[in-house]
Amino acid sequence: MPEEVKKKRITDVGPHDYHDYLSPMIKKNYGKWAYHEILDPGTMVHIAENGDKLYTVRMGSPRLVSSSFVRDICDMADKYCGGYLRFTTRNNVEFLLEDEKNVEPLKKDLDKLGYNVGGIGNIVANIVHTQGWVHCHTSASDASGVVKSVMDELYEYFVEEKLPSKVRIAFACCLNMCGSVASSDIAILGTHRKPPKINHERLVNLCEVPSTIAACPTNSIRPEMVGDKKSVRVNEETCVFCGSCYTVCPAMPIADAENDGLSIWVGGKVSNARTKPTFSKLVVPFIPNEPPRWGKAVQAVKTILEAYKKGAEPGERVIEWIERIGWSRFFKITGFEFTKYHVDDFRLAEATMNYSSHARF
Amino acid sequence: MGKKHETPLLDELKKGKWISFVKEMERAAEKSERTEDLLGQVEESYRDKITHWKHGGMAGVKGYGAGMVGRFSEFPEKYPGVKECHSIRLNQTSGFFYNSDVLRKLADIADQHAGGLFNFHGSTGDIQILGLTQADAEDLFQKSAELGFDLGGSGSDLRTPSCCVGPARCEFANYDTLQICYDLTHAFQDELHRPSFNYKFKMKFSGCANDCVAAASRSDLAFIGTWQDNIKINQNEVKNYVKKFNVQKYVLDKCPTKCMWFEGENLVIDDSNCVKCMHCINEMPRALKSGDQKGLSILIGAKAPLVTGPRMGMMLIPFYDVHEDSKNDYEWLKGLISNMWEFWDEYGVSRERIGELIARVGLVTFLEGIGLEPTIDMVKEPRSNPFIKFEDEEAGAE
Repeated sequence: MPEEVKKKRITDVGPHDYHDYLSPMIKKNYGKWAYHEILDPGTMVHIAENGDKLYTVRMGSPRLVSSSFVRDICDMADKYCGGYLRFTTRNNVEFLLEDEKNVEPLKKDLDKLGYNVGGIGNIVANIVHTQGWVHCHTSASDASGVVKSVMDELYEYFVEEKLPSKVRIAFACCLNMCGSVASSDIAILGTHRKPPKINHERLVNLCEVPSTIAACPTNSIRPEMVGDKKSVRVNEETCVFCGSCYTVCPAMPIADAENDGLSIWVGGKVSNARTKPTFSKLVVPFIPNEPPRWGKAVQAVKTILEAYKKGAEPGERVIEWIERIGWSRFFKITGFEFTKYHVDDFRLAEATMNYSSHARF
Repeated sequence: MGKKHETPLLDELKKGKWISFVKEMERAAEKSERTEDLLGQVEESYRDKITHWKHGGMAGVKGYGAGMVGRFSEFPEKYPGVKECHSIRLNQTSGFFYNSDVLRKLADIADQHAGGLFNFHGSTGDIQILGLTQADAEDLFQKSAELGFDLGGSGSDLRTPSCCVGPARCEFANYDTLQICYDLTHAFQDELHRPSFNYKFKMKFSGCANDCVAAASRSDLAFIGTWQDNIKINQNEVKNYVKKFNVQKYVLDKCPTKCMWFEGENLVIDDSNCVKCMHCINEMPRALKSGDQKGLSILIGAKAPLVTGPRMGMMLIPFYDVHEDSKNDYEWLKGLISNMWEFWDEYGVSRERIGELIARVGLVTFLEGIGLEPTIDMVKEPRSNPFIKFEDEEAGAE
């Protein structure tokens, strides 16, 4: 029999039906959960209308994991929860247990394997992040290494409930922001500080000039003939080093070992609870890359977190605390310098000025 | 067996209490020469403080224009295992639910056809398998497809939709986020696999305004669960909470519209002034529940900074009766989405997200284009400038 008849190629089957992976208790109580209680930072219980109790044990993950990690969590799921587990939107693993008696033994086993149980309640949540030097061509920094260094330093806040409210930290290694940096309580962003270097020899073959021009947020790219070759020119006076042109034009690399680094942002919020969602705002415009441990960036994050812990009232997210005490006091308390770079000069800059006589002295 | 590459800088990241991605890479490298070379290249990045991946390069699966991302090393001679080090995106399940059987099979696939490395999950939601070559792509894809796992989106297409845990394990869910995510992903397979848009288009489904998938900050079309009628109050449970903590201070005083107060021991809510923010329900889940007329709000236009700055999702449809429409396979919603894509296709330019298009042409022009009427919930407040473009017929042109 010819090969193509034996086996039909499968395409466009779409995502797997999630029903296949719902545990019997979840299927039975789908849409019928009454309430939940957080038992400790690693455990919560959901109680169904009929009294059924589903225990969730949450475990941190570095997101970049080996097949051995996958088999580890499968072993745990088989041993304690009928093989059923899920992941959270912040890359944690959740074991879904029907028997309360299995909760502590599971946590002990996870601890023995070196895994971190926590991340529920008023904690520092697992850091949402990007690929960095491990797998990205536009990154201004590594992602996993910064995240690991920050989480090592803030570990106690993942496993113990010590904060006024939850704190979500995110990391993105460039302005494409594949990580949820734009709306996080504390955000770390890979940042370039120099314009792209144009390779005129290669540009004509690798790039489409109109789309390269269109990629620039500040209209800083113009077409230009270099010798007999079509190329572009960058107005370095107006370039904001975003790297958008490099995304569409490989002949305009922007990564720069000496000048790339990180910026720190605060006060983003996704939830609509109490106050409307907000973007993160600039705190530290630039910290050099310091692999492998990024000490200054880690310290900056810790300074913000500790000031928040000390100053916020119970239930206040970072932005609610800052808006109550004012940005001037936030800078004073944390000791970060307010510079000309903190004053917005992009599209919606006007909306960020202080149209009042309100000031704190 | 010794290490192929010395990695003194990465070794520093094996210390500390938080789970180490370097240890994970080393575990994968025990079985994969590719991942050994990946460790070597990443160490070199740590030394040089710069990425060593080339820009782009072609990689893909036959018949698909999306779902696989090409990645080529700058130093293919030094690190032959990552000369090609592509990643492939597998469409995750709704709510990220799995069992050990299927995860083990995916782990086998990642070992056999890639570097034994995963992202659980990528930022948009897909399972990503890292470290495959073009030659691996077809087998990896077909084996995944046999398990019922198709590719996700990439490039200028519909990116893989994703949703919160929803009614599967959350009392706050106002609609079935898992079901609608699953249904729409199946309905738009062509848009997902074959890029034909101006730029990416993301859809995310959150069951309530807590927005656990960050839909309103990360997706062009955000679906946020809500309700139209009254919050259901269990006064006995309210009394229990009053015994446990300061309900006045931490719940009532924090209500954004101050629409709730005590009359004697009873909690009273002026639901006509409630904005469904979820705060009181979050704080007292045993006492308060969303109403019976559940549905969702649709917000449009959220995106990251590139190209014209970050945008938050803005209200497009305050209440969509998803339960009613689900009876017709979401026919109304699918029509609305198609209208948006047509308008975006017609008037948008390359690399212009739909939110940027709306900002450029104006919300009213967009609404007219897709057949919706402006309503007051779409704005924070009416305009405060007098530059009104009256239309001729209204001004009674003679």
